[in-house]
Amino acid sequence: MILKLDHIYKDYIQGKMVVPVLKDVSLHVEEGEYVAIMGPSGSGKSTLMNIVGCLDRPTSGTYELAGQNVLNQDDKAMAHIRLHNLGFVFQNFQLLPRQSALENVCLPLVYAGVKKKERVARASEALTRVGLEERMYFKPTQLSGGQKQRVAIARAMVNRPKILLADEPTGALDSKSSTQLMELFEQLNREGVTIIMITHAPEIAAYAKRVVDIFDGEISERKGDSDEG
Amino acid sequence: MFENIRLAFQGIWSHKMRSFLTMLGIIIGIAAIIAIVATITGTNEEIKNKLVGSGNNTVNVKLSQGGYDYTIYSGDEIPWGIPAVTQETKDKILELDEVESVTTYSSRYLYDGVYYGTASVSSLMIMGVDTSYFSTCSYRMKSGRGFDQEDYDLYRKVLIIDDVAAKGLFKKENPLGKTVEISGTPFTVIGVVKKQSDFEPEISSIEDYYTYASDSNGLLFIPKASWPIVYSYDEPENVVIRARSTDDMTQAGQKTAKILNATITNSETNIKYRAEDLLGQAQQLQDLSNATNMQLVWIAGISLLVGGIGVMNIMLVSVTERISEIGLKKAIGARKGTILAQFLTEAAVLTSLGGLLGVAAGAGAAQVIHKVSGVAVGVSVPAAVIAVVFSTVIGVVFGFLPSVQAANLDPIEALRRE
Repeated sequence: MILKLDHIYKDYIQGKMVVPVLKDVSLHVEEGEYVAIMGPSGSGKSTLMNIVGCLDRPTSGTYELAGQNVLNQDDKAMAHIRLHNLGFVFQNFQLLPRQSALENVCLPLVYAGVKKKERVARASEALTRVGLEERMYFKPTQLSGGQKQRVAIARAMVNRPKILLADEPTGALDSKSSTQLMELFEQLNREGVTIIMITHAPEIAAYAKRVVDIFDGEISERKGDSDEG
Repeated sequence: MFENIRLAFQGIWSHKMRSFLTMLGIIIGIAAIIAIVATITGTNEEIKNKLVGSGNNTVNVKLSQGGYDYTIYSGDEIPWGIPAVTQETKDKILELDEVESVTTYSSRYLYDGVYYGTASVSSLMIMGVDTSYFSTCSYRMKSGRGFDQEDYDLYRKVLIIDDVAAKGLFKKENPLGKTVEISGTPFTVIGVVKKQSDFEPEISSIEDYYTYASDSNGLLFIPKASWPIVYSYDEPENVVIRARSTDDMTQAGQKTAKILNATITNSETNIKYRAEDLLGQAQQLQDLSNATNMQLVWIAGISLLVGGIGVMNIMLVSVTERISEIGLKKAIGARKGTILAQFLTEAAVLTSLGGLLGVAAGAGAAQVIHKVSGVAVGVSVPAAVIAVVFSTVIGVVFGFLPSVQAANLDPIEALRRE
């Protein structure tokens, strides 16, 4: 089991009020799964994603990632886990605007201490995999939304993480680009990458093999439309 | 690291105007300091050169009485118990490590004047010199010849005058071969000499005035051997030494004076050998100019402080502007230290660049000061290096707070912003 979250609680403190955001959330994900987490805004799905992404810590509960307890790690170790085990894709791409596509993809390799020559080789390979071999030296402003998101995916995958976390990856894309992106996700999933995707769009969630609903801080597994593939 | 420096330059370049304005405080501060230090260095060099004589390194070790040079006037009796400098004493002086050469001379102050035909000049200094005097004291022959061994062996009544005396006595006539009467004895002029480097003493005390005023109407030189023809045997002598280096001058002078004072047999006299400490005098003047100028450096330092605060301010703005970039970098695995290093590098590169521009501007300003006011300037390389290093330090110090703020940003908060 690659992800194992049990009895996760997360409270936010607003003034003197304690606001529970996640209530007893348990989520188990096997290696190679493709999970969509669906829920309206305010349901706690982003908080859950941040905890899964080792960006945030729950108030209580346990979380094991690839058999490793991540909640007793310090910030430095958490950064190391994000760097090597997780890839992030965001709704608004989050590319560095002044850097070329290639430089953006190189960034995680810089943090991993990879030598320049190898960085360029691996980043080029990652961009080729997402079909952008001819736009490596373009700046984000010269790319379409779909292309930007593919650069972001190349960046997320360049350190060869086991898990890809996508937060509303199609939120800023038109339907054609969305479809192409979902095809890319399916291809990555076929290659063995575990994907966890947050979305509020049912047609996007439909691409996933398993859909988890989250509502008001509690999750429920959707039965029936998974396991057919 | 190189990656950070490259990114920093990229960042600076993409905000040219803002970066320049941020650097301006540093540029002005560093430029002011460089210009002031250049002026100090230039003035110090000038003081040293003017007072000590450029590369000459000669030290006068003269007889003095009560703090003033002891001068024997033309009609005076010689003081008792102060013997002429013997060859033995000379050798002792030459054995000193700091001393390159030594020469001795008798001298008198001629207030009654010398005559050439009907012309007369008074207030001259006459010296009975040995063969090494002119070379030790850096004179060069302007015309005629110097003394040769025969002049000494045959007690010739020959005379060498300096250019000042030549002008006073002979106006535009050629002095060579002319006969000059000194205290009733005729001497034939065989040469005219001139000081090699134009020695322009800074007269800063009454003592200096007496030292240099005695030269004012010119100098007459006769062979030491012929001295007793006009005056007397075994007169007290003054000594000139040439030190091996400018820095040796003070030591050489003091040691020579000590050796010479040991030869004075009259224990009751208050006449003593005293070394002119030109280097020490120069040092005093330099210290004075340094003290006043250092205050200016402090004032310029305030401008650096203001510049540093400007850098901090802009870095804080820059962190706020780039919150989502920082969040993203943290999300994809950048550690706190990585973010800290990135922002510190950016601040340091910004101020180092400001420092470099400041050094260039300061050097330029120094040249302008030199052209406009004629003050000597010397841009010192160590000062420039220190200035650039210091501006880098300013970047690190004032960039620290914003960088820590960036490093401590919560990635979730940071990513939520757009």
